[in-house]
Amino acid sequence: MIHSLFLINCSGDIFLEKHWKSVVSQSVCDYFFEAQEKAADVENVPPVISTPHHYLISIYREKIFFVSVIQTEVPPLFVIEFLHRVADTFQDYFGECSETAIKDNVVIVYELLEEMLDNGFPLATESNILKELIKPPTILRSVVNSITGSSNMGETLPTGQLSNIPWRKAVVKYTNNEAYFDVIEEIDAIIDKSGSTVFAEIQGVIDSCIKLSGMPDLSLSFMNPRLLDDVSFHPCIRFKRWESERVLSFIPPDGNFRLISYRVSSQNLVAIPVYVKHIISFKENSSSGRFDVTIGPKQNMGKTVEGVIVTVHMPKAVLNMNLTSTQGSYTFDPVLKVLTWDIGKISPQKLPNLKGIVNLQSGAPKPEENPSLNIQFKIQQLAISGLKVNRLDMFGEKYKPFKGVKYITKAGKFQVRT
Amino acid sequence: MTDSKYFTTTKKGEIFELKAELNSDKKEKKKEAVKKVIASMTVGKDVSALFPDVVNCMQTDNLELKKLVYLYLMNYAKSQPDMAIMAVNTFVKDCEDPNPLIRALAVRTMGCIRVDKITEYLCEPLRKCLKDEDPYVRKTAAVCVAKLHDINAQLVEDQGFLDTLKDLISDSNPMVVANAVAALSEIAESHPSSNLLDLNPQSINKLLTALNECTEWGQIFILDCLANYMPKDDREAQSICERVTPRLSHANSAVVLSAVKVLMKFMEMLSKDLDYYGTLLKKLAPPLVTLLSAEPELQYVALRNINLIVQKRPEILKHEMKVFFVKYNDPIYVKLEKLDIMIRLASQANIAQVLAELKEYATEVDVDFVRKAVRAIGRCAIKVEQSAERCVSTLLDLIQTKVNYVVQEAIVVIKDIFRKYPNKYESVIATLCENLDSLDEPEARAAMIWIVGEYAERIDNADELLESFLEGFHDESTQVQLQLLTAIVKLFLKKPTETQELVQQVLSLATQDSDNPDLRDRGYIYWRLLSTDPVAAKEVVLAEKPLISEETDLIEPTLLDELICYIGTLASVYHKPPSAFVEGSRGIVHKSLPPRTGSSESAESPDAAPSGAPPSEQPAVIPTQGDLLGDLLNLDLGPPVSGPPVATTSVQMGAVDLLGGGLDSLMGGTGFTAPSAVMPANLGPPPSGGLGDLFDLAGGVGTLSGSHVAPKTVWLPAMKAKGLEISGTFSRQVGAISMDLLLTNKALQVMSDFAIQFNRNSFGLAPAAPLQIHAPLAPNQTVEISLPLNTVGSVMKMDPLNNLQVAVKNNIDVFYFSTLYPLHILFVEDGKMERQMFLATWKDIPNENEAQFQIRDCPLSADAVSSKLQGSNIFTVAKRNVEGQDMLYQSLKLTNGIWVLAELRIQPGSPSFTLSLKCRAPEVSHYVYQAYETILKN
Repeated sequence: MIHSLFLINCSGDIFLEKHWKSVVSQSVCDYFFEAQEKAADVENVPPVISTPHHYLISIYREKIFFVSVIQTEVPPLFVIEFLHRVADTFQDYFGECSETAIKDNVVIVYELLEEMLDNGFPLATESNILKELIKPPTILRSVVNSITGSSNMGETLPTGQLSNIPWRKAVVKYTNNEAYFDVIEEIDAIIDKSGSTVFAEIQGVIDSCIKLSGMPDLSLSFMNPRLLDDVSFHPCIRFKRWESERVLSFIPPDGNFRLISYRVSSQNLVAIPVYVKHIISFKENSSSGRFDVTIGPKQNMGKTVEGVIVTVHMPKAVLNMNLTSTQGSYTFDPVLKVLTWDIGKISPQKLPNLKGIVNLQSGAPKPEENPSLNIQFKIQQLAISGLKVNRLDMFGEKYKPFKGVKYITKAGKFQVRT
Repeated sequence: MTDSKYFTTTKKGEIFELKAELNSDKKEKKKEAVKKVIASMTVGKDVSALFPDVVNCMQTDNLELKKLVYLYLMNYAKSQPDMAIMAVNTFVKDCEDPNPLIRALAVRTMGCIRVDKITEYLCEPLRKCLKDEDPYVRKTAAVCVAKLHDINAQLVEDQGFLDTLKDLISDSNPMVVANAVAALSEIAESHPSSNLLDLNPQSINKLLTALNECTEWGQIFILDCLANYMPKDDREAQSICERVTPRLSHANSAVVLSAVKVLMKFMEMLSKDLDYYGTLLKKLAPPLVTLLSAEPELQYVALRNINLIVQKRPEILKHEMKVFFVKYNDPIYVKLEKLDIMIRLASQANIAQVLAELKEYATEVDVDFVRKAVRAIGRCAIKVEQSAERCVSTLLDLIQTKVNYVVQEAIVVIKDIFRKYPNKYESVIATLCENLDSLDEPEARAAMIWIVGEYAERIDNADELLESFLEGFHDESTQVQLQLLTAIVKLFLKKPTETQELVQQVLSLATQDSDNPDLRDRGYIYWRLLSTDPVAAKEVVLAEKPLISEETDLIEPTLLDELICYIGTLASVYHKPPSAFVEGSRGIVHKSLPPRTGSSESAESPDAAPSGAPPSEQPAVIPTQGDLLGDLLNLDLGPPVSGPPVATTSVQMGAVDLLGGGLDSLMGGTGFTAPSAVMPANLGPPPSGGLGDLFDLAGGVGTLSGSHVAPKTVWLPAMKAKGLEISGTFSRQVGAISMDLLLTNKALQVMSDFAIQFNRNSFGLAPAAPLQIHAPLAPNQTVEISLPLNTVGSVMKMDPLNNLQVAVKNNIDVFYFSTLYPLHILFVEDGKMERQMFLATWKDIPNENEAQFQIRDCPLSADAVSSKLQGSNIFTVAKRNVEGQDMLYQSLKLTNGIWVLAELRIQPGSPSFTLSLKCRAPEVSHYVYQAYETILKN
């Protein structure tokens, strides 16, 4: 099971360590640093590293490496999932998961880690339960605490800890009862040079914010549930009911949570909302090249494509770029060689274009690789797969809740090869 | 107000200041002080000097303060064991607190204090907590048992905590069940042999019920535990699968992968005709694909596992090729894994897409990735025959880019393509030759040289090309030097007239100016070959090479099956069984897939069942070949005594046989002690031993069927011998000893050219005939063979005495293993001593040579014993009854003429015998006793 945890920042300082069994010396991290050095890029550090006596399983989140030490055969996914959960909890408690936030709240961090893992076994990882045990810091509370001397730690056993619905607190009360669902779809796609789709799929999630009193039992049904054939559920969802009736039936956790995530992969269902015309070329034996990119809407179901940003990792030999854009602004980072073009809304009448000259290092050979364009966008009030919520019913409570559904489509890993 | 202020006090006297604050009367000040102490602790500062002061703060009603003190205790108790005792009372008191949170906290913390003195005090509170009315306390206590076991395993066993823990598996609360399973699994890991988690259908049912209700982490523990269960039939397997499938939709990827493991394993038991089997296959694909949309670290682990799954059951993901397409900003470790899986999934149906992608990747930035992509194109060509042409033209396009490492990589793979499709794509050689100068990596140079040598007759200036390499011969790496040597010899054999000078030059470079033994030996062999018999040289050097197989990079099926049982674990990430890398893997039980029931496919041998054979019977595969190798090199595996089958195939063997054959002539037969076709004496019918013997023969029931034969055991597991599995036993029938072998080919390629050789051993056992396997052994085929043995081989005393080291050779490699033979195969038929002789010898042998043994649990009468032993050539000379006990006086003779005399005392009604052995060579006594045991108990 998980033996120890080290938090390491980008400059290689171990700024927090926690041991759940006997103490493992910090020097074990040297193996990690070695791997990090070899990987050159922080994102390329392999997640599982073996050392003579231990295994190091790490994740990289928000510029922090969470490095766990294990000694026996443990499912690595279990460890990785847990580490992400730790990062999520920090995010949840401190609003951000950064070195400063962790250092500022070091005692709470320690209390949390102690509560989340016992002897390497996960204990309480649900945010609802943790918040009952250890109250998140707020300015008001720390002021009150320092005056009254009360603590920020729960004195009783969290009610959800042992019930059959560990994700929900027993006594929840709201004056305004509300249930909101956000259907968020991200398009992952690879478009080739000629504009045809190599690969496309939709990663969808339904994030919920539910503030309902008592023990509400909800049923959410869809107009077209057939779309959902590959779904992962929050533990609260009754699987049998979904299997037989294609209805999401559940007693929700209190607050924000991800209800389901799903994947739509059949090619014909994945519409590609934008197209790109591009010429990026470098002349042989000359230190310049041409750059000309135009972007336009396509298959957007009559909605506006907005928040469009194009990023391009230019080859190393590129020194700078002299471009003019018809819309939006561009920046080029000459160190990282990243071109960012912030376009905003695309209007079909006048297509945004960015073109100009690329200056190369003199004497450098013509770059071999062709840069890929990374495109971000979003479309409000549309789930690109066509998924639609039909209705939400509530049982078990008498009041009338306020209900709402919002749709949004975004670009996920949307890449255009040139 | 943040905690960062706790870090700011770095002045001198900090400890002193803290001490004062800790002893303050004000609660609030105390708490602040403890917080400061904890903060210092977290950054690795030594605050252990404050131990007594912090412990003093422990008795408090304030839960937060208590928790903080506990945190501190866990960290420092080890270094201050005496002080830690001070805390015990408070712990014991807290374990009785009315608040379950405090009870649980106390028992949890006590378990984390790794001090022996404290653990003694922990037992009583722990026992209470394990039976606490509150499930929260019980579940915490369950984990505490595992902690305690880690500190003092004996204590846990003595106190009976393991049984209490096992009872918790039937607890009414699912969380308690999950934690009990987790704790037991962890304990079982350090006790591989114990059956802590022996599951039965009832406990399985409880686990499956708990599975639905416990937390995600608990589900992982339960699923991993389920995966170790062996359902009794396919119906049970199916019903478990049905109840596990809903876990595939869990949001936690570790739950999903553990569920996949259970399903992949139990699927093995389901018949493929079953509708359910098809449904299950379909259900497995989506969750696996979904894992790939998670964070990159998760993707990596998932991909390593998918790599195993597509090798075992390619049908699951055959339509999902596209999800493995690489995105340019994937981390490199994800990219490389995706590429690997793409090749595994490549088929005629999707090859066009795959090639287009691979070509795209070959222009990426990352050099490692580009290289692998180019290699992948070559692997596609070899795997999908229809695509070979397209692959070759893609490779040529890439060569045109003139990017150095791309060109080199392309040449390496084109060489492989030539080996798979000879005489098909040689038109590209011209293009390859153009790039000769740019090659600077040894592998690429070697590949290019191979191509030039192999196709020397079609390349007009082959001699010039090779000569240009020869200039810097000594600066090349060994790989290139060896290739160059062979290529020039090939060239010479093809165009002898123009290249004589060249070949002489290279031979002298290799043999005289090089200090690399491999190179020199190969040089000498070629030299001798060319100078003695150029025709033979041509046959050997230009022999038709076997085609390379497409599946060279696949994991051996036996290893793959084992790894499937480890899906989701570290073993699956490293693609090695845990025994290969987990530290302290004493006696890790090898897992294997369950045999398919209800179909005729179950070819698995019974000892492949997961329980495995008891370790004592496992034959030791000789790990260090060094000492043995010397001996075996002297013996010759090549030319058989009288066997035609091996000789005819030796030409095809290329380099291996070349070396083998060459060694003979080079060594001039030094130390060559071939057991020439001497017909061993005791291979004939048993020498007549007079009338008495004849009577005995008639009397003994089992005599004619020969001595006792033990069932076959696996001597050489397939994993250690590149897919060749050997199991066997020894037998003795009518005076002839034989080794009965079962050879199974568990590899993917055909095996042929078998030969066997023994190392020198205590009794001079040696094969009396070559290993005659006439037809090559196809994959998955098994052949049974009985190898006659004699005892005229060289003698060397082994430890243990009956240890036999064996080398088996086939076309793939030479494998070594050792086995123990039962001594009774050496008991000869004329081992009956005259009574007088017996008496005299018994007296003659000094008493210190007498050894006494007990044979227990053998409920046989004296007569039955006598006749049973006679079947294995242990003869009863006389029988007496002394004070109600039967005394049997017995004699036996070993093949090397050593006599062993025995007195067997049998007490009627008691199943225990006393065996006294006398022998001039007392070291055999123990092995004779073992032989008695095996004969009598079977």
